[in-house]
Amino acid sequence: MKISARRVEKATILDVTGNIDMSNSPEVRKALLREIREKGVTRVILNLTAVGYIDSSGVASLVEGLKASRDLGSRFVLFGLNDSAREVLKISRLLKLFEVYDDETQAIQAA
Amino acid sequence: MRVPSEEPEPTMNPIAAKQPTDMKNFSKLSRAFLLKLELRSHPTLLCVIRGALEPLMETLGFSDENNRAIIRAVDEAVSNIMRHSYHGRMDQPIELYCNRLRRRADGKIEKGVEFLLFDCGPAVDPTKIPARPLDEIRPGGLGLHIIRRSMDSVEYKRAGRLNRLRLVKYARPSKGGYESAEEKPS
Repeated sequence: MKISARRVEKATILDVTGNIDMSNSPEVRKALLREIREKGVTRVILNLTAVGYIDSSGVASLVEGLKASRDLGSRFVLFGLNDSAREVLKISRLLKLFEVYDDETQAIQAA
Repeated sequence: MRVPSEEPEPTMNPIAAKQPTDMKNFSKLSRAFLLKLELRSHPTLLCVIRGALEPLMETLGFSDENNRAIIRAVDEAVSNIMRHSYHGRMDQPIELYCNRLRRRADGKIEKGVEFLLFDCGPAVDPTKIPARPLDEIRPGGLGLHIIRRSMDSVEYKRAGRLNRLRLVKYARPSKGGYESAEEKPS
């Protein structure tokens, strides 16, 4: 799994490539909290277009990102979820908590 | 010139080495299984399990949705063993068996799949681990909930000195009808 950050307008987009599971979810958590807490980025967008699978530990990392952004009054937005990612969030009853968009353009406009 | 000697291979069947009596029974069972995986409790091996199961479930004719549910449940179950049974130790043995099932439902044969997971950790009944309330927004505690929601049956049993988790999933007719040509009504 790889994570890279890029700046688009006033938002930081984190592009994730690969699967997120117990072996690497701490990296996702770290990257999110670095942007939200350490750098104080007010609009963080997570691009999951190239993510095939997310397990419960990956979901937990997203929840941590969401909580951190709420605590600091910033925005945390997701886009590009495939069926698998959408299902695991739905099963966990978390899908409605996140701002989820289909593509990058929508996510940037929303953030 | 001396050729450096290689490290000896680890025991081929670590659980069997530790539990010979129990494994005699399991090895009898294994002849009937579609797939048997022996692995260490290293999280990087989770992708190997998913990679093995996806084409197998496709071959068995499960829909994409069921395939994802099965992979999700087995992945979470193995993660739970690594986390809760072995407490993050990465060199402990795990065995996974997969078998095909059939049952009669509403006069039709319904196909299914069964997974048996064995580990040598202390007795931990995952079905009794309280899942966190889903209305709480906090990380963690979702694995068991995901397993229960993804499978039809989740059973834990202490088998000798091993933990045995049995997961069962039956195919459901997909939105477009039946999942495989052989089960389409004529």
